[in-house]
Amino acid sequence: MSARCRSGWAPARPESAGTARADRRAVRRRLQPLSLYKLLSHRGEKHLMALRTKHDPSAPDPPVWKQMGHVPAAASSTATLNSSQQEKHWKSVVSRSVCDYFFEAQERASEAENVPPVISTPHHYLLSVYRHKIFFVAVIQTEVPPLFVIEFLHRVVDTFQDYFGVCSEVMIKDNVVVVYEVLEEMLDNGFPLATESNILKELIKPPTILRTVVNTITGSTNVGDQLPTGQLSVVPWRRTGVKYTNNEAYFDVIEEIDAIIDKSGSTITAEIQGVIDACVKLTGMPDLTLSFMNPRLLDDVSFHPCVRFKRWESERILSFIPPDGNFRLLSYHVSAQNLVAIPVYVKHNINFRDSSSLGRFEITVGPKQTMGKTIEGVMVTSQMPKGVLNMSLTPSQGTHIFDPVTKLLTWDVGKINPQKLPSLKGSMNLQAGTSKPDENPTINLQFKIQQLAISGLKVNRLDMYGEKYKPFKGIKYMTKAGKFQVRT
Amino acid sequence: MAASPAYGEEKGGSSSLGEPEYGHDPASGGIFASDYKRHDDLKEMLDSNKDSLKLEAMKRIVAMIARGKNASDLFPAVVKNVACKNIEVKKLVYVYLVRYAEEQQDLALLSISTFQRGLKDPNQLIRASALRVLSSIRVPIIVPIMMLAIKEAASDMSPYVRKTAAHAIPKLYSLDSDQKDQLIEVIEKLLADKTTLVAGSVVMAFEEVCPERIDLIHKNYRKLCNLLIDVEEWGQVVIINMLTRYARTQFLSPNQNESLLEESAEKAFYGSEEEDTKDAKAEAASLAKRKPYVMDPDHRLLLRNTKPLLQSRNAAVVMAVAQLYFHLAPKAEVGVIAKALVRLLRSHSEVQYVVLQNVATMSIKRRGMFEPYLKSFYIRSTDPTQIKILKLEVLTNLANETNISTILREFQTYIRSMDKDFVAATIQAIGRCATNIGKVRDTCLNGLVQLLSNRDELVVAESVVVIKKLLQMQPAQHSEIIKHMAKLTDNIQVPMARASILWLIGEYCEHVPKIAPDVLRKMAKSFTNEEDIVKLQVINLAAKLYLTNSKQSKLLTQYVLNLAKYDQNYDIRDRARFIRQLIVPTEKSGALNKYAKKLFLAQKPAPILESSFKDRDHFQLGSLSHLLNAKAVGYQELPDWPDEAPDPSVRNVEVPEWTKCTSREKRKEKVEKPFYSDSEGESGPTESADSEPESDSEESGSSSSSGTSSSSSEEEEEEEEEEEEEGSGEQSEDKEGEEEEEKRKKRKEKGGLRKVSPRITPPLPQPVPSSNIISTSLVTDLEGLTLTDTSLAPALLSPAFGAVRTYELLHRMAGEGLSVEYCFSRRPFPGDPHMVAVQIQISNNTDAEVKSLRVSEPKLLAGMRIQEFPEIGMGTVVEGRWDTVAALCFQRACTHTRHFYVSIQPPVGELMAPVFMSENEFRKEQGKLTGMSEITEKLTLPEKCRSDHAIVQQVTSAANVGRVPCGADNEYRFAAKTVTSGSLVLITLEWREGAAAQLTVNSEKMVIGTMLVKDIIQALAQ
Repeated sequence: MSARCRSGWAPARPESAGTARADRRAVRRRLQPLSLYKLLSHRGEKHLMALRTKHDPSAPDPPVWKQMGHVPAAASSTATLNSSQQEKHWKSVVSRSVCDYFFEAQERASEAENVPPVISTPHHYLLSVYRHKIFFVAVIQTEVPPLFVIEFLHRVVDTFQDYFGVCSEVMIKDNVVVVYEVLEEMLDNGFPLATESNILKELIKPPTILRTVVNTITGSTNVGDQLPTGQLSVVPWRRTGVKYTNNEAYFDVIEEIDAIIDKSGSTITAEIQGVIDACVKLTGMPDLTLSFMNPRLLDDVSFHPCVRFKRWESERILSFIPPDGNFRLLSYHVSAQNLVAIPVYVKHNINFRDSSSLGRFEITVGPKQTMGKTIEGVMVTSQMPKGVLNMSLTPSQGTHIFDPVTKLLTWDVGKINPQKLPSLKGSMNLQAGTSKPDENPTINLQFKIQQLAISGLKVNRLDMYGEKYKPFKGIKYMTKAGKFQVRT
Repeated sequence: MAASPAYGEEKGGSSSLGEPEYGHDPASGGIFASDYKRHDDLKEMLDSNKDSLKLEAMKRIVAMIARGKNASDLFPAVVKNVACKNIEVKKLVYVYLVRYAEEQQDLALLSISTFQRGLKDPNQLIRASALRVLSSIRVPIIVPIMMLAIKEAASDMSPYVRKTAAHAIPKLYSLDSDQKDQLIEVIEKLLADKTTLVAGSVVMAFEEVCPERIDLIHKNYRKLCNLLIDVEEWGQVVIINMLTRYARTQFLSPNQNESLLEESAEKAFYGSEEEDTKDAKAEAASLAKRKPYVMDPDHRLLLRNTKPLLQSRNAAVVMAVAQLYFHLAPKAEVGVIAKALVRLLRSHSEVQYVVLQNVATMSIKRRGMFEPYLKSFYIRSTDPTQIKILKLEVLTNLANETNISTILREFQTYIRSMDKDFVAATIQAIGRCATNIGKVRDTCLNGLVQLLSNRDELVVAESVVVIKKLLQMQPAQHSEIIKHMAKLTDNIQVPMARASILWLIGEYCEHVPKIAPDVLRKMAKSFTNEEDIVKLQVINLAAKLYLTNSKQSKLLTQYVLNLAKYDQNYDIRDRARFIRQLIVPTEKSGALNKYAKKLFLAQKPAPILESSFKDRDHFQLGSLSHLLNAKAVGYQELPDWPDEAPDPSVRNVEVPEWTKCTSREKRKEKVEKPFYSDSEGESGPTESADSEPESDSEESGSSSSSGTSSSSSEEEEEEEEEEEEEGSGEQSEDKEGEEEEEKRKKRKEKGGLRKVSPRITPPLPQPVPSSNIISTSLVTDLEGLTLTDTSLAPALLSPAFGAVRTYELLHRMAGEGLSVEYCFSRRPFPGDPHMVAVQIQISNNTDAEVKSLRVSEPKLLAGMRIQEFPEIGMGTVVEGRWDTVAALCFQRACTHTRHFYVSIQPPVGELMAPVFMSENEFRKEQGKLTGMSEITEKLTLPEKCRSDHAIVQQVTSAANVGRVPCGADNEYRFAAKTVTSGSLVLITLEWREGAAAQLTVNSEKMVIGTMLVKDIIQALAQ
């Protein structure tokens, strides 16, 4: 459906650009913290592949997962895969027909991301989020802070991802019973009940092949029959009785550069957003402190609830009892006063000539201010104007694809070798008879740099109190492109 | 494929369409092509006695429910399994029951007894889930059972079950609203619950059942504020939103002075320093119409306790705090939310969408707040259109003289975007910038005119419309542009644009006398093919031309009017008739004819281009209603600030309203019901929290639990006590605690000081007079500094000056003959230099003997310590000490027969000890404590305070400080260290000519500094 709409009058932004972004976000959320560790890398790989396949722009309509129900908070009814939806109701049952309004809006929108997150219908309000090419829709009847619902829906998606590894249509369909059980625990009468994955996992154990086999034989179940201890303790995010033979704590400092570079190569705006994702597998109730060499860099921070705010306020030290497993400890923003070093530059020469139906296209990507590190994973995407029929290009390295339907050019560059800068040159064929497009395409860039936090943030030390053993500790830095755009 | 048609089918159908793999899913329709067979199969499985089969069957049924298929005919088979031992089966049966019970009420009743049994289960999880399901079954017959279950669960030992009870309340309410009164009782009870787990859920229930019963919140207000940070995130959102509404009804607007002072208020105007001046000038101000604004400490408490939540990872919490600050905070403090909101812009696009809507509204009212973040609102080509348009709105709101050039440069990039809706919005935005900021009007206009040659018609059309509005402001200078636009009528087809051009030409036909008739000629030719709005404008143009230039246009006008007369649209026919009568003079035409020109060519005010977000802030920000700009069902209006603050004492019985202004000096005691004092203890005063350097890890968890534990231990204690002391028939009293002080207590036989002192009404703001008598004796005692140990004597001392103020702790009426006063001895506490000594004087005014005075249950705010003193009977001396920064704290004082609740709140000035330093040292230290650490206030010295002696006397009485020598004779310096942390506090009082003086306090503890300034000013003003 969205493909059809796309060809309509609306000068749609390329769907695949959106897709790429959504996927990138997914990759960032789940995979980056894992993929580098030997232990977990195989899992990471799998995700990457699963997500990659979704780049296919001719993917079917986004499925809708709708949640219905009544009143203040999220209500219920759930997902669809392709044109079938799943639903779950809280409060009271709402007819499926309420979703017609949603589908209308979906049809009107040129692409999935343009579907308004809040739709008002005569008796209900539909709040939706769009992730992993699935719509999650909550149906509500009365006033409630919209962010309350939206944040909850995102939390639901995160939980599914946590449970099933990926949050996809097929996964939801295959695990619909677990999904139902989990949702049942997450929301009671429109009010969120347990949203910490540590607690949920004690209530409803995530499905694994092993457990399925065991359950079949022993007749035990995936459903816990005791109230998770965390639910009542002062550290509700942590399970009790955690045991590991190898005690390890890994922290990933990941920074993303959001930038807009103008035509002439000067920076219009650039900022660094960072997160510290942790994977903590420690026995017992460890109490960790993490200190930075230069905490003043962090301008604006938001914490996982486990972090003691006062300690941060007074000493600029992160002190916390960690949840078990993967979690995001901190996200931060580096203060705007610090000039952001932009690690790459793009030289471009894109010309449409008025008279001819040919245009010239040339891009070169090069490193600057990389502190001696290699830039890898470089990917250039650009949405070409409608008038471009085809492009004949030659890359000096990597592979490129131009999709004549969506007009999206993707160039997978790989590593940048400073001795031999990658470039992509060639010509564009324009539709004959139309005048030249007013706008040159914007170039979106992705890249990553290992072992570097571009802001210069450094972790000083990590200490553990409260337990006797010596944990293995690891810290990793990485810089990536966030929303990095070059205007041409 | 189109989703909507497929999904509309009720049964079975959807699976056959276009989803090849669907059939492989055992739970789906593929295998069980026929409904009836399928159900037989499932029934069999459900009836078997193997759990695994039952489980399998239930899973399939749940999968059916999930796909929206009707599984209601399985109800009898499923409901039988409600008592199944297997917990997973049981849970799935619950899911099923909740879904279908409403349809099959009679059968659903079969399951009720199972739940009733479950409610008694020793496992709290099972109790909770039984209550959950029971309350989710929407069967009216069981309302009484539900009511009973909720009431019972509300007093369950497990907080988790109580939380579930709170959730059940709105469910029952929606089923049967007649239960409201009973439910409110339960809500009231649960509101008093001290666990963080329950707080969010019960407030949610409150909001749904009885949001109008704001009175239920009073007693819990401080508790909620203090617990807030430990409540789970969803509860925080609900509580903050509710408290916003509450605060709007209970406090005065912090910005009310604004209207008096116009815009001149400087930034710091509403800072707390200001409050002090206000106090000082209280008398004068009372003459003024409006009372000076002093922020209620509870109001401050709310603002302070919510601020850390801006750091929450949950966007909904951040938004809730942001709206609270926007609606409640003094103007100068609102700025803190900007950073957090900008951070949310990095989040998912749905979150961005909501946040930007709110930012757009805020940025109209408080533009300065977001200006530093201007660049965060720059638009990327990958943003969804709705985000782009909202960002544009924000950018436009933020535009001012200084940043307009950057913004316009950005806009130029946007105009070339491929997203035409966005381009159109950008053009509108440029128009708005041009209207709001005069100096760029010409630049914008030129830019827009260039757009007129754009190839995209939509762009051109939008530009025309905007240019039209801009030209209206200063038409005379722009006839060139009008001519240019006249030419466009040949090409441009968008009706709105054509209409705009015609209107412009008509309106300003005098500026383009040659072109206008020609345009009319062309339009007359194409009249019949135009859209209605264009036709109307053609008629207008004709009429205007006829009036100004009838020679050239008379025939044309008549032609147009004739065409219009036979138009299909009645509106146009109507207009034509009307205009003909008006402008063409005939014998019949009335007096209006003469005024036709005035009517048509009157000066028209230029349109004001306004943001669509203007005035949206009458909706509570962050609400659904705000987002939709329409009232959603169940929206609670955000009330306006009251003109007069309602009685603040409702939140606080121990500390009635006077304490707001005089809290430093007066304490008052009342015998309270136990639960009340509990909440009081927790809610303490505002100052202490800030100044405490406390970071300890347990703190977050412990604050909530302490409340609970203390209340229970209190009860035990009470019993004990009763046993112990049965035999004695007297009265006693005792004391309680406070922080940061050591205290010493002494007591006298009845008839002593106590009786003499004339204090009758505890709440009197100025206790000073009463202390005279005491102080004389004190002074003498003071001389012999060793009183600590011989505490029988009235051991009040103040090393430097005579008058030590005493404060009443327990009035003899309230204390049934026993009265207690306290004062700050200002001597170091021997046991611990970090404590402050409080001397307590107890008098027995009755004939009976008093025994066993003691502090039974000190309630200390975090960071406070008290050194207990042993039980005393008459004639013994008691000593206690307290530590840390103080505020007030309430405790129960017990005698063997009675308990009294008392509290001590030390003035901040007593929490320090004098230090002696030279003038140079003083200067040096002062130099280190500037900026944030310095608080300066101007004041007026009253007549009697204009002598060296009086000033020194007053300052030293207000605070325990030592005088520092000073060269200048109109300057007074004092220095002290806080007792607990040893931070320096430096006071400088500069006496200028006449009554004017300036007070400067330097201290790294800003809270202490602020309060000290206030106290000193008050002392000097007396």
